[in-house]
Amino acid sequence: MRAEVFKVVQQAVEDLNEELDYDTLRKVTDDTPIFGGEHGIDSLSLVTLVVGLERDVETTFGKKVVLADEKAMSMVNSPYRSVGALVDYIVQRLEA
Amino acid sequence: MVITGTRKGIGRHLVDYYRKQGYVIAGCSRAPMEETVDGYRHYCLDVADEAAVQDMVFDVVKREGRIDVLVNNAGIASMNHCLLTPLKTVTNVFSTNVFGTFLFSREVAKAMVKAKSGRIVNFATVATPLKLEGEMAYAASKAAVKSMTEIMAKELAPFHITVNGVGPTPVKTDLIRGVSDEKIKALIGTQAVKRMGEYRDITNVIDFFIRPESDFITGQTVYLGGIS
Repeated sequence: MRAEVFKVVQQAVEDLNEELDYDTLRKVTDDTPIFGGEHGIDSLSLVTLVVGLERDVETTFGKKVVLADEKAMSMVNSPYRSVGALVDYIVQRLEA
Repeated sequence: MVITGTRKGIGRHLVDYYRKQGYVIAGCSRAPMEETVDGYRHYCLDVADEAAVQDMVFDVVKREGRIDVLVNNAGIASMNHCLLTPLKTVTNVFSTNVFGTFLFSREVAKAMVKAKSGRIVNFATVATPLKLEGEMAYAASKAAVKSMTEIMAKELAPFHITVNGVGPTPVKTDLIRGVSDEKIKALIGTQAVKRMGEYRDITNVIDFFIRPESDFITGQTVYLGGIS
């Protein structure tokens, strides 16, 4: 399942980057930074990404997930800090 | 358009009023509607039930493609002295008025973010600025709604979504059933315009908030009757 979730996140990040055009988001891997730190996207782009991902995950896996998280703004624990962390977080929500 | 708390009172009136304006409407309440209304779909749910709210919003977007307007009308009141108010009452009032408004706003705004446009109208009350004795739970919950309105307005502005509130004076509905005539008379006495509120006073403000020209109006709560 993780590979399928990765594909969904990869597509969403690539779609977002069509507008943002960030060098760091061109090649999407588990280590690609998303939010927080000097290479992260801004908070509005994060909202757009997360809201779009909730929809994409539901369409792909047929299960509703809420990806809002109180640790969103934490540099260390935020599930949005990198593509890998976000993929793991979605897998965890899907399996819950 | 999505309207919460549509089975009776102001919500029921809003269904008829906005159907006449041509809106396709989805609404909800805990119990079913007594009659069917053409162009209106009813969902039975508790507005504080996260999964049920998500299911409803998902279904509405799937059927209609988008949601242009959300009116967070569902609300409950409680009249009691603070020392005689059980925690359960405060929990119930906050669940419907605050958590329900939050959940519907969050879920509907997600659909509006995609469309990059939308109007959210929340219900406040004059009990908050008047600091009415005996209405602690209700007035405090609506103070939270006012604050939520102001902050959501800022956070959703980049997506071209406006968030505003209307604060009615007493209108003849079940909500004020338990309030004595004497108290209502005293309350009306504090208003600049001394009369009972009517449904048209409320729809007039909502109409203003949701019209296309009001895209520069957000984070505002308009109290009726000259109360501020």
